[in-house]
Amino acid sequence: MRAYFSRRYRISASHRLHTDAFSAEENRLVYGKCNNPHGHGHNYVIEVTLGGQVAPETGMVCNLVDLDACVRREVIERFDHTNLNFDPLFQERVPTTENLCIEVFGLLQAAFHKAEVVRVRIEETSNNSFEYPAGAHR
Amino acid sequence: MILLTRKAEFSASHYYWNDAWPEEENRRVFGKCANKNGHGHNYTLEVTVVGDVDTTSGFVVDLKQLKDIIEREVVSVYDHRHLNKEVPEFATAIPTTENIAIAVWRRLEGKVPGAKLFRVRVYEMPDLFADYYGEP
Repeated sequence: MRAYFSRRYRISASHRLHTDAFSAEENRLVYGKCNNPHGHGHNYVIEVTLGGQVAPETGMVCNLVDLDACVRREVIERFDHTNLNFDPLFQERVPTTENLCIEVFGLLQAAFHKAEVVRVRIEETSNNSFEYPAGAHR
Repeated sequence: MILLTRKAEFSASHYYWNDAWPEEENRRVFGKCANKNGHGHNYTLEVTVVGDVDTTSGFVVDLKQLKDIIEREVVSVYDHRHLNKEVPEFATAIPTTENIAIAVWRRLEGKVPGAKLFRVRVYEMPDLFADYYGEP
């Protein structure tokens, strides 16, 4: 039977929303206080969902120890207590949480092969959350 | 179509063990979850049903009825029990979060009048949960 397993992780990081494609006024207009020159930070919650058949011998979609190790290596060590704007992934792209979601999904999909990574959902604050892929309700 | 979710809680103990494996393999795969005297969790169950809104009542399903069905079929059987030892479906399946979600689905399927089960979500802890959508 196919089931889905989700685990939540936390990182704290700073970012500044700014693009050189806009003028200073446009950046201010579009991003508001998120454009303040020295950035600001969030406690992000990253929810990773895996899908797969439940193995009869373990009762699991995958062993959470393996997922924890992969997320720690690929995501937490990379982004926790960093300024996202300095990460190579965000040199060409603004580190919005939409883009962070897409990048975290890509990093995990490339590195984790013990189950299918079906969704990454990130809470930037308790009021804002983002999911990728869009519409993956499972 | 509207999705409607009802939560319930139960507290239970369990452990992970596969009788077909030697002890070392159980310890390697399941870690401290294999401690034979068990350990416990406060589980949160979210049952989501889907259906059309009844034009007269304005309901997809009567929430009180859904609450009573969850209580009768699941909570009264699982709450303050040792899942491995006291709940029949876990005599043959390891009571992982995934298997609990599947077992809850089986207990509820076809029992909710006027609505279809859409999802069963079981939180073992706030940071760890499993979803089952009735897929083979």
